[in-house]
Amino acid sequence: MQNIHASQVRPPFYRDERVLGIFSQVLVVVIVLGLGLFFFSNMISGLREKHSVAISFSFLGQAAGFDIGESLIEYSRERTYLRAFVVGLLNTFQVAILGIIFATALGILIGVMRLSGNYLVSRIAAVYIEVFRNIPLLVLLIFWAQGVFLKLPRVAEAIVLPGPIFLSNRGVAIPWGIPTDSWPTYLLVLAAGIILGAVVAYFLREHGKRTGRMPLVTLWFLVTVGAVGLVGWIVLPQPMTIDQPFLEGFNTQGGKILSQQFMALLSGLIIYTAAFIAEVVRAGIQSVSKGQREAATALGLTPAQTLRLVIFPQALRVIIPPLTSQYLNLTKNSSLAIAIGYPDLFAVAGNTILNQTGREIEMFTMIMGTYLSLSLLTSLLMNAYNRRIRLVER
Amino acid sequence: MTSASDAQTDRSVLPITERYTLIGWLRRNLFSDAFNSILTLVALVFLFFVARNLLRWAFATAEWGVIPANFNLIMRGQYPATEAWRLWLVIYLLGAVVGVTWRLISGQFSGVARLLLTIPFFLMLIPFFSMGTRLNLFITAVASAAGYYIEGYLPIQRRGRAAVYFILAYLVIMLLLLRGFGADDGPMPPVSPILWGGLLLSLLLAFFGITLSFPLGVALALGRQSHLPAIRVMSVIYIEFIRGVPLISLLFMGQVMLQLFLPDGFPLVDRVLRALVAITLFSAAYTAENVRGGLQSIPRGQYEAAQALGLSAYQSTINIILPQALRAVIPVLVGQFISLFKDTTLVALVGIFDLLGIARTILANPDWLGTHQEVYAIIAVLFWIFSYSMSYASRRLERRLGVGVR
Repeated sequence: MQNIHASQVRPPFYRDERVLGIFSQVLVVVIVLGLGLFFFSNMISGLREKHSVAISFSFLGQAAGFDIGESLIEYSRERTYLRAFVVGLLNTFQVAILGIIFATALGILIGVMRLSGNYLVSRIAAVYIEVFRNIPLLVLLIFWAQGVFLKLPRVAEAIVLPGPIFLSNRGVAIPWGIPTDSWPTYLLVLAAGIILGAVVAYFLREHGKRTGRMPLVTLWFLVTVGAVGLVGWIVLPQPMTIDQPFLEGFNTQGGKILSQQFMALLSGLIIYTAAFIAEVVRAGIQSVSKGQREAATALGLTPAQTLRLVIFPQALRVIIPPLTSQYLNLTKNSSLAIAIGYPDLFAVAGNTILNQTGREIEMFTMIMGTYLSLSLLTSLLMNAYNRRIRLVER
Repeated sequence: MTSASDAQTDRSVLPITERYTLIGWLRRNLFSDAFNSILTLVALVFLFFVARNLLRWAFATAEWGVIPANFNLIMRGQYPATEAWRLWLVIYLLGAVVGVTWRLISGQFSGVARLLLTIPFFLMLIPFFSMGTRLNLFITAVASAAGYYIEGYLPIQRRGRAAVYFILAYLVIMLLLLRGFGADDGPMPPVSPILWGGLLLSLLLAFFGITLSFPLGVALALGRQSHLPAIRVMSVIYIEFIRGVPLISLLFMGQVMLQLFLPDGFPLVDRVLRALVAITLFSAAYTAENVRGGLQSIPRGQYEAAQALGLSAYQSTINIILPQALRAVIPVLVGQFISLFKDTTLVALVGIFDLLGIARTILANPDWLGTHQEVYAIIAVLFWIFSYSMSYASRRLERRLGVGVR
């Protein structure tokens, strides 16, 4: 009798896992490709009836013919569609970057308040988080734009905050610096200061490594840069003048005017995202076990040192990944600007340009491609940072 | 022993009556040291100003007349008033479903069930409701109590199956009632989804968005974990693409381009359905990522044990892996469903009259000029109530299922 080992018996092909695997993959690919082809051919034939050329980006070179409320670069209605697209993109960047900075600051503040030993402070933070996490952002934005910023008094009766900052239904006027002739020189001085600061930091760190007593490297870096900056400001003839807004007739003059759409979008995004960031921060700090704090105290570290050297680096590891997705959310949520009339990427490209040219495929490709690359870029950067601070295991 | 640890020991042996005095609590939680006392005072001043402004606005400035005058619009949009009885029928049945479900998942009359049963009675207290509305709410409460008790009469081993059948039947009946059928002058004339609106539409969009995107998301998550390269790559591309673009671009694309993809002569898909497709496709990618987290938390041993028992790949996925993976991610999934519910407001931007869309039409009416604060505040409160109760229920469910304990 021949002894047959189990592995030598091949199952029939319809039960062989490898055959089934290949078969199911081919099946799925065929179905997906078939559906894609079906949609694509329908689309091309539909577009042929509408435009002479099914897909073409040449319209981007034509004059846009519409105005955009606010722009970081020079723009007029004679400029091209492509220029208009870039204006929208820069506006999105502006809101997203400012939003991320302020939302992080507010979020950390509220997250730390939530963990405070003071009952009242902790409850205030909890209520803030529960209220804003459970309200749709769009409702918040529209409420903020139409219920708050639009209801501000007329310019003549504007609310004046110290600064001076004028709050009116035309927007918010803030003091703004105007660079003078010596501004480029001053920038060079600042750059020199940063290099000097880096050199100082390097030597301090080396000194710390030799002696085992690490000085406050970051602090000394900032002091050096600040000192150079201050000396430069005094020596050079006024690198920048401060232009303060003032009331004149029915309008404010001078300074910089932030439109009420911009302010509504920015503050709505900050308030909403900060609630989520606060939860991320709280979870991160709570994830550091109590033993770490006790061990640090036992080693004789001061509370400030414990926080800086023990708690924070470990909490950061837990905080970074969800924080990244909050930043991405904020960037994508800035596309809700369309609801309150701020000309961001989506409002300019997905609405105005699309309606004027009727080029759906081209515009959606550009919009989605832009958002997609923004997201992937942010993920890449944050992942790289995350890898640097990650726990190094065996 | 140092004095600090003495104080520590003293505090921990305080008799229970002294540990819980009001003064003691205040001293420990609000005035433990100088810094804390200053914080408390600052917080009190802050609270005082917030409360004063809020109360002054709510009771003196705000003109609440806009809400009762448009209450029907806010609740059901353009749904014809003559057919409103169908909506009430749907709500009665929903009450019964809630009763049945609660009997199923809690053996005894738990606190939450009691709370749910009191909701209709609380709603009856709203001052501007008509007697008819109050009667309807009362019938809803009766229906849920009836569901609860009738389910109780069934033998325990049959309850689960009966509840599932009842819920499935409810879904069919609900759609039939809402949509209507037969002739326009028949007993139940069809009501086009374009006319559905307000809270009704927001809840329906959220409900169907969740139920449709969930299986799709689970399938995508399994696809991403699959060892078959073609399936894995396609799942990854889909998930990363959808997660990289804002929902609003998908909604606009759905409105503008869905019809382009379909062959000539294909019947026009209505706006609401187009929006639902976009929401479902969007949400599925996020569900997939959350479920993947659960799948990754399952130790290898579970897969190997299932294989050793002779279970097929399908059997081990359905019976061993998924139940554990899903239980591990319940809190995350509920969080995502809440954000889907909030995201349904975006359909207002593509011309659909959900809660937010209706709010905008009310404000466009010259009779109600300048009542933005009042209308949007009510909309926000409605959303808040639903979102918060979802997250509250999820926390209860989490404790029941012992996530992170087992």
